[in-house]
Amino acid sequence: MNTVNRADNEAIDPYAEERLKRTYFYPRAAALNIRDAWFVWNGYKFADCYYDAEYEYFCVRNSCATYDICPMQKYIVSGADAETMLNRMVTRDISKLNLNRVTYLCWCTDAGRMVDDGTIFKLGADKFMLTCGSPSLAWLRKSAFGFENLSIVDMSDKIAALAFQGPTTCEVLKQMGLDGIDTLKPFNIMHFPFGDSGAGSDDKPLMVSRTGFTGDLGYELWIKPELALQLWDALYATGENYGIQPFGEVATNMARLEAGFIMPGMEFNEALKTIHFQHDHSPFELGLSWLLDFKKPHFNGRLALLKERDAGPEYTLVKLDIEGNKPAEESHLYSDKGCNHEIGYVTSAMWSPVVKANIALAMVKTKALKGDIWAEIYYGKELRHNSKQVKCTLKQQPFWAPARRRATPPPAY
Amino acid sequence: MQQYDTIIIGAGHNGLVCATYLAQEGQRVLVLEASDTPGGLAATREFFPGFKASVAHTVSHFSAKVARDLKLAVHGFDSATAPMPTVGLNSAGEHIVLSGTGAEAEINGVSAEDATSYRGYRQLLQRFAELLEPFWLKTMPRVGDTRLSSLLTFAQLGLKLRLLGKQDMGEFMRVATLPARDLMDENFDSELLKAMLSWDGLIGSKMAPRSPNATVLALLYRMSGELGGAHAIPVGGIESLIGALNSAAASTGVEVKTGARVGRILIEGSEDGLRATGVELANGEQIVAGRVVSSADPQRTFLQLLGVEYLEIEFSNRIRRLRCEGYVAKLHLALDGVPNFEGLAKPDGRMIIAADMDAIEFAYDDAKYGNYSQQLVMEILVPSLHQESLAPAGKHVLSAHIMYVPHKLKGGWTEEARAILVQLAIDTVAIYAPAIRAQILHSELLTPLDLEQIHNVTGGHWHHTEFSADQLLMMRPTYEAAQYSTPIPGLYLCGAGSHPGGGLMGGPGHNAARQILG
Amino acid sequence: MGLDTTQRGRYWDNDTAMKTYDAIIIGAGHNGLTNAAYLAKAGLDVLVVEKNDYIGGASVSREMQEGWIYSSCSYVCSMMRQTIHRDLNLTRHGLVLVPYLGTVSYGDRGETLISYTSEEVNYNALRRHSPHDADAMFRLHTDLARYAQLIRKTLLRTPPDPTSFRPRDIKELLWLAKEFWALGEKELYEYIRFFTMSAADFLEDYFETDLIKAAMASAGIIGTALGVQSPGSAYILLHHVMGDVDGNIGAWGLARGGMGAISNSIAGALKELGGEVRTNAGVEQILVKNRKAVGVVLENGDELTAGIVVSNLDAKRTFTQCMDKNDLPEGIYEKAKNFKIRGSSGKVNIALSAMPKFTGVPDNRYVDRGGHNFVGSLETMERAYDCWKHGRWSDDPFIEAVIPSAWDPTVAPPGKHWMSNFVQYCPSKLADGPWTPEKRDQFGQTVIDKIERYSPGFKDLIVHMEIRTPHEIEAEIGLTEGNIFQGELTIDQLLFNRPFPGYAQYRMPIKNMYMCGSSTHPGGGVSSACGANAAREILMDLKRGNTVPEDDCYDE
Repeated sequence: MNTVNRADNEAIDPYAEERLKRTYFYPRAAALNIRDAWFVWNGYKFADCYYDAEYEYFCVRNSCATYDICPMQKYIVSGADAETMLNRMVTRDISKLNLNRVTYLCWCTDAGRMVDDGTIFKLGADKFMLTCGSPSLAWLRKSAFGFENLSIVDMSDKIAALAFQGPTTCEVLKQMGLDGIDTLKPFNIMHFPFGDSGAGSDDKPLMVSRTGFTGDLGYELWIKPELALQLWDALYATGENYGIQPFGEVATNMARLEAGFIMPGMEFNEALKTIHFQHDHSPFELGLSWLLDFKKPHFNGRLALLKERDAGPEYTLVKLDIEGNKPAEESHLYSDKGCNHEIGYVTSAMWSPVVKANIALAMVKTKALKGDIWAEIYYGKELRHNSKQVKCTLKQQPFWAPARRRATPPPAY
Repeated sequence: MQQYDTIIIGAGHNGLVCATYLAQEGQRVLVLEASDTPGGLAATREFFPGFKASVAHTVSHFSAKVARDLKLAVHGFDSATAPMPTVGLNSAGEHIVLSGTGAEAEINGVSAEDATSYRGYRQLLQRFAELLEPFWLKTMPRVGDTRLSSLLTFAQLGLKLRLLGKQDMGEFMRVATLPARDLMDENFDSELLKAMLSWDGLIGSKMAPRSPNATVLALLYRMSGELGGAHAIPVGGIESLIGALNSAAASTGVEVKTGARVGRILIEGSEDGLRATGVELANGEQIVAGRVVSSADPQRTFLQLLGVEYLEIEFSNRIRRLRCEGYVAKLHLALDGVPNFEGLAKPDGRMIIAADMDAIEFAYDDAKYGNYSQQLVMEILVPSLHQESLAPAGKHVLSAHIMYVPHKLKGGWTEEARAILVQLAIDTVAIYAPAIRAQILHSELLTPLDLEQIHNVTGGHWHHTEFSADQLLMMRPTYEAAQYSTPIPGLYLCGAGSHPGGGLMGGPGHNAARQILG
Repeated sequence: MGLDTTQRGRYWDNDTAMKTYDAIIIGAGHNGLTNAAYLAKAGLDVLVVEKNDYIGGASVSREMQEGWIYSSCSYVCSMMRQTIHRDLNLTRHGLVLVPYLGTVSYGDRGETLISYTSEEVNYNALRRHSPHDADAMFRLHTDLARYAQLIRKTLLRTPPDPTSFRPRDIKELLWLAKEFWALGEKELYEYIRFFTMSAADFLEDYFETDLIKAAMASAGIIGTALGVQSPGSAYILLHHVMGDVDGNIGAWGLARGGMGAISNSIAGALKELGGEVRTNAGVEQILVKNRKAVGVVLENGDELTAGIVVSNLDAKRTFTQCMDKNDLPEGIYEKAKNFKIRGSSGKVNIALSAMPKFTGVPDNRYVDRGGHNFVGSLETMERAYDCWKHGRWSDDPFIEAVIPSAWDPTVAPPGKHWMSNFVQYCPSKLADGPWTPEKRDQFGQTVIDKIERYSPGFKDLIVHMEIRTPHEIEAEIGLTEGNIFQGELTIDQLLFNRPFPGYAQYRMPIKNMYMCGSSTHPGGGVSSACGANAAREILMDLKRGNTVPEDDCYDE
């Protein structure tokens, strides 16, 4: 334990154990992170932005961009009991999931409060990969207790992964020689030969899933660590003519908000990390009831969620189109312009550069959804702080949902 | 077509009690027992040709209400037996003897001061025991349950506490969580007396005199009933109680099938959720019923017979973390004659071997690390003095509980380890009855692991799961299953792992039946 | 730097033996001083009498070796109520509390676990031991914060008497019930479980790595005569993590200049409010006339009279040593005699010529600024407790070490250091006869032998060593059996049971007599809460306006 990896003649860094971990793409990412803007995710040093967040965001919407998802948690769940175990843990029915398919889902506590959301990849008859934003091994182990033919391996530090998003991505991958990539449908997985993997080794070491967190055309690339830099280099060599650019946390957050995707710590608190009673959230509150498959006789939280379905959730997460151009971050919401009756709060908000709208996700008391919604927005103007009350309109569809995100083959960029 | 309304898993005393109550109300009940005889840990077995014994070797607080409701007297159970004295053995023959109950309770062998203290101590504890008594035979409601019956239970508890008066109520709230050691030190001088009195709060548990929080409750639980904590062997022995329960069950139409090991509980799943529909026997035979009631321990019921895939994740982990490891081994000796204990005219009492509370504490310390102590603490008796049929004429049986003997012995329960423990136990008894060695015809040791294997009790734990403050009352075995129903519709619990707990008492069986009948 | 005794003499020595005070407080520990300050703030004429020639009780800084200032007894602080800190202007009176950085825990096989202030760095450190445990730590912190936030709200409140029908008690009981209910049903049960179980069982549900369990369990035994496997030790764990520094629940702080800075600053506030402190004034007996406390007799024979008498001594000492048994109502003497106050810890203060190096710990300026916990394993800690049961000090003890000089320039000469070692377990009574100086030194030797195992060459750095067994702690500070909490923190002695049922509201069975020490709710730890709570009750009885502020809990 606590051994420091170093060459014998290398100077000892007494802080080695305290420094953040570096992802497999770090050498390339660091070279491009000329703003030195770093953030941290699951113990990894991780880019906030590389050059200019808005520029990176526009690369996602306009050309193509990569987002380093090495710090994402990845667990391989396999064995004869894998499907049963996962199916009891998650709210959707994964017994219906086909081989080489991915599905987005969530999992809940006994009380029906959301532990986390994530995706499950079906990689074999009894082999699944679960990915999620924050560590979930303890919950997985709890869920696995009692199943004998099961193995859970935390691969988080052992798989290199890169999200590749934007309208030109399919073309770049095609140019890179990924034959048939244009036939890959959303949430499907394909495997490709890549690099100089020698004879006898895995002949298709590159896994590509048509998934992402930007609401746009895009892929996620999964590969063993030894080939990580080779993958990056190949992608950037080909992508050079297609506007490739790495993007960081800030741009991701913009893109996902336009797509209406939720983020832990913003839209919801993970139940096991919530101190106060019911400050965590249920899938109903988060608008994820479509993830609940009540036809399944049992899944964790089912009984509690059935009760909530009958009673209706107290709060509902909604998409808001807000008057004016001042982002409504951390605003309180009211049913009246005078701000007398508080009905909720904004969870994420921004000016959307691509749709030219002032958008937000917000938690609103379900009962108040039928009436007016007003936001009280605080904004600064050269150190003077002002507030104003603006009208909000409920939006049913994501703010940004281009047809290309679902089309197969994707249209020419 | 369902043949049965209810299937009960396990024909221990709680299973039989529950079955009979249900059948009295007209239910068609089938009791399935894995062993060849009913009775569970109270079943009387022949351990050597002509010699018999049961793991539970005395009765102390079997519910009078259950005996009455089930008309056990008609079926051959005589509960009016006089209690036996409790004897604290002293190597110099200066034993302490506690005898009689209630107002007739007597103490011999201690100073006048301790004798006075003993009377005060008994009175106080008796008051506290009486306060709790009604609640052992009630379902403990879920906190926040606003149904009238539940609110009444809480109100009754509040009222009973208030009725103790300011002084005693305050004292109750202090004493309730005291370690045995503090309670005894506050009251007595005699080390032997302290050890004897703490014994009843500790036996069967992984607790020692210095362990806070549950000992006093265990003491009070065992003081419920007419004997006030004293022990007795009924006329006809423990056999007569199990026999009466069996016969009462049969007389109400309960069908008891022995040698019928349940392999799993059958679950039906649909869009409407899950439901227990019956059981599958180990031989593959399936029997359907309206409901399944398990008197098996909670871990066995949920983790083995049911399977976690039907359970909620946090619930199944709560069941997993129940502390179920037994720390009591049983020793049976077939003797050539009545053993002679120095200083005792006749060894017809319940004899405690524990010189002082430290002896108990240190024996426990060894068990914490997976060993048994070189200084064993024991409860021994000669049941054949009370029930002649346990041994051939002129011969006798010595029955002993040995504390603290771990379920998982470091190095495993090898033949050698067993032989050493048997020898150690015999040597320990021989300190008080030196001639006994020559009288031994045969010995049988039942470690907690043996109890687990023979009687299908997880960890070989007497109480199915530890009788500790975090596993009591409305938290026994967990809050989701403390009202005898479980998260699975159609599946109920009625064993010692449910409120009020273990011991030959009948509470869980009684309460579960009440709850099922509504 | 430290205490200037000559200056103190000028402040405190008053020759006013014949006057009648409004209140006399016995014992100038931090709670006694806090109590006096709040009474003085209400305009009362108060006198604090202290047996030692210095103030502070167990919250004290003493120069035992020239140039080195030891926090001789208590050595870190997290429970100090910041509302009192602010209200009494303690910063102006010299108190600066600084949180200290992470802690290194050492296992039996030389493995180390370093906890860092950064959550992400901590996660990586834990992950090197076990990815599972690194994840589970988030849940533990969440759960402990949940448990802590409820209990913290009770610190500056008087416990209700559940046997009483007075509206105030019923109101307070209902408040408690409401707070519990707000946890939600599941957490309510978890809370009860948590209160009654052992630290080892509690942690079993979170972790798989023994060192991590041991490191977390160590807070469950500090100061108590329980082991990690004893039911009830989980609550002790909470008692040590419910404090905070500036809202960081579970963080610990060091007082600049040592723990004496706390007592001295409160004394400074007291003096400014017109109160008086007299040192070298041990109390022989509390005077009672007509079942009313009327004053005290000092050891030198002086009689001091007062309207009320407040004892900051522990409950056992107060009633069995400082009062005439005949003055007490029936049963009180026995209750006090049975009050559980067990010595289980020792303290070894060491002056060092240089900063010691520990095997397996990076040579890193930040790690040096934290604590060093020699935990070993759960079994090692439990076995250490077994020794105590046998009336011996632990042969392989648990040691919580802190080196305050790493960041506090005022407590050791430049380049030199002082190390505080809290040692568990050490009994107040040995099985083989009374404590002797030789045995005390052997105990100290056991401690430094253990540290040497983890820090080869450590012994060569020792300039001076002060060894305190429970025997020394009792003899000097007056804590019965050397118990650091003034009484065990088990359920039978918590909340409305502290110190005895029926006497948990700071009023004692004798009229005009009160208690304000850690024997009362909320118990041990340098919190000033006991003293402040007692002051509020006293002022209520005297029909004076309340001067004690309400707590300001961060989790409101």
